[in-house]
Amino acid sequence: MATKEVKNKKNIVPKELGCTTPTKDSIVQVRNLRKHYEVNKALSIFGKEILGKTDLLKAVDNVSFDVAKGKTFGLVGESGCGKTTTGKLILQLEKPTEGQIFFQGEDISKLSAAGMAEYRKSVQAVFQDPWASLNPRMRVKDIVGEPLQIATTMTKEQIAKRVGDLLEEVGLNEYQSNFYPHEFSGGQRQRIGIARALALNPKLIILDEPVSALDVSIRAQIMNLLVDLQNEHDLAFVLIAHNLATVRYMCHKTAVMYLGVIQEMGDTEAVFTNPQHIYTNALMSAALPSHPDIDRDEIVLPGEVVSPINPPDGDVFQTRTPMKVDQKHEYASTRPPLVQVGKKDHWVVKTPWSIADKDMKVKLEGK
Amino acid sequence: MTTKSKSKSVKSKPTKKSKQESQVADFGRKTVRDEIVLSVKDLKTQFTTKYGTVKAVDGVSFDLKKGETLGIVGESGSGKSVTSLSLMRLVPQPPGEIVDGEVILNGRNLLELSEKEMTEVRGGEISLILQDPMTALNPCFSIENQVGEGISIHQGDKGKNLFEKVVDALKSVRIPAADQRAKDYPHQLSGGMRQRVVGAIGISSNPSVIIADEPTTSLDVTIQGAYLRLLKQIQEETGVGIIFITHDFGIVAKMCDRVAVMYAGRIVESADVRTIFNNPLHEYTKALIESVPKLEQKTGRLTQIKGQPPALWDLPEGDSFAPRSTLKFTEKDARVRPELVEVAKGHFVQLSRSSVKDFKKYAHLVDY
Repeated sequence: MATKEVKNKKNIVPKELGCTTPTKDSIVQVRNLRKHYEVNKALSIFGKEILGKTDLLKAVDNVSFDVAKGKTFGLVGESGCGKTTTGKLILQLEKPTEGQIFFQGEDISKLSAAGMAEYRKSVQAVFQDPWASLNPRMRVKDIVGEPLQIATTMTKEQIAKRVGDLLEEVGLNEYQSNFYPHEFSGGQRQRIGIARALALNPKLIILDEPVSALDVSIRAQIMNLLVDLQNEHDLAFVLIAHNLATVRYMCHKTAVMYLGVIQEMGDTEAVFTNPQHIYTNALMSAALPSHPDIDRDEIVLPGEVVSPINPPDGDVFQTRTPMKVDQKHEYASTRPPLVQVGKKDHWVVKTPWSIADKDMKVKLEGK
Repeated sequence: MTTKSKSKSVKSKPTKKSKQESQVADFGRKTVRDEIVLSVKDLKTQFTTKYGTVKAVDGVSFDLKKGETLGIVGESGSGKSVTSLSLMRLVPQPPGEIVDGEVILNGRNLLELSEKEMTEVRGGEISLILQDPMTALNPCFSIENQVGEGISIHQGDKGKNLFEKVVDALKSVRIPAADQRAKDYPHQLSGGMRQRVVGAIGISSNPSVIIADEPTTSLDVTIQGAYLRLLKQIQEETGVGIIFITHDFGIVAKMCDRVAVMYAGRIVESADVRTIFNNPLHEYTKALIESVPKLEQKTGRLTQIKGQPPALWDLPEGDSFAPRSTLKFTEKDARVRPELVEVAKGHFVQLSRSSVKDFKKYAHLVDY
């Protein structure tokens, strides 16, 4: 196992993942990213565990993907699958345990202080809960203007003008810049959050469940706004969501995560029209229908979501699959790679127990 | 939607119904019996605030049959949650007050009961499943304690008997190792399990009506699916009537037999679920359905409803949806207060020139 990890380290771009070599065309490229947290720490002296055993919570475990310029990359999965941690790693709110993040072809761990400042300007975030993500004691002009104060040399007047422009751009009015967050509705607050993220002309915005806390009718407004902004500014998004319909609407590429590992990834339409992995099919079968006449048979996976503490060494899905797992198979003890489906931009973890057979395949047919 | 397609669907209604009956596997829509358990008539709830009187619920009427699931849909602030609180008589008073109407449950008007009698009804004949299982459960008491509270109040059980009933209730919501889980505290359970416990409290005393106020919004897709399936199973076993308060048309499509769409404290359209999806008449209903991206196909640009929901203390006179409607109409049309009219059997619409496109077709039903 250890030797394999060392090998992976050298091999920056794993062939099997279908991701191209780091280039300037992609905004962000993630390679073999891991984030492990130590829990229940053992008592150790000189690095030797003498009492108890340290458990590893593998939040993100060997994840690689590309986010192209001006496109949306979607991460879906149940809570606890590591999608938010992946977002935090890209935002540099967490330090990866292993692996690289390339920003326009450059490894960000090797950036100079100035380069890092530039990176932080270029990558912004919009969070789920617009009630929690805006400081109730700050006026809108300070919330939206704060990144400008910190990261630019603009004067007060210039900042005020820019804030006004930003508010107009997200569909609010300039005079509202003197208001406090509590004076706005949920949808308007999310617009303020988006204005703040746009302030420094970023190239990538991490959207962590940007609409799930909003009313259905407001969701449409915010999603349309995000799509418009993307087209206008050539923005790239990483959309973290658990609602599959939202992902299909917004994303150009989609990755399905389970226990910190990408199980299926590719062009959104390819993944949705021809889902390969049992887990992807199970998620789709459980999603709510858009018409009462649609009656999908639900695929129920045995057991509950497994804890990411000390996950299986081999395929992480082996503890949830409804099929029989052959313990002697190599993927019961080593991690299986992503393999290409046909000749499309569509990749899946292929093991004898992870691919949905005919009975399990979900056909999304709509009205 | 053209008039053509509408007349078609009205005509084809009887055949659709017979088809509906023949579909045995139809998810859950076979439990409805003709007996009415809950009948709400012209319910009005108001709040006195510094901005003026807020008419949160303004003349809402509906019936719920045994084994039926009614969905109440609308944006936040449309009055759907206040409706559910009014049914339970849990509206904080003051500032709130139920000023008018009847809530008839099993032949008794709940609004005329004394507070003591109401305590027996609450959690007994009618129970409420709240949205957030994190806050609906008290972190200081064990599951046994919280599920048992209702049972001991309504059925007077104590000691070993009570514990057995608690375990039965937990088993009925499919909680594994129920006798051990009963000793646990809420923080020891996952979100899905906690929501099941809230459900167990809700069904523990065999109610006739369960009001589920967005019970799955905080749950993951797969857990949500399992929970909805469970509710349907319980409904099939006990014939309980369920009122689903939600803003998600996906849940409506999956769970409900009938739908009432609320806007600004009033029901603007109500019909059986297929009519609502196939032939919505009110512009608000149409917009709500079209504003949701579809999982089943690549959706083009989403339709968004322009503007914000109106402030309830400052409602426009007449048709409250008119300011957000995209139809062509005169100011005079918008000032008429529309009535809820039955346009086809079981299909009620608030008829107004400002928010029903095919108003002309039904103009003979109203005198404005």
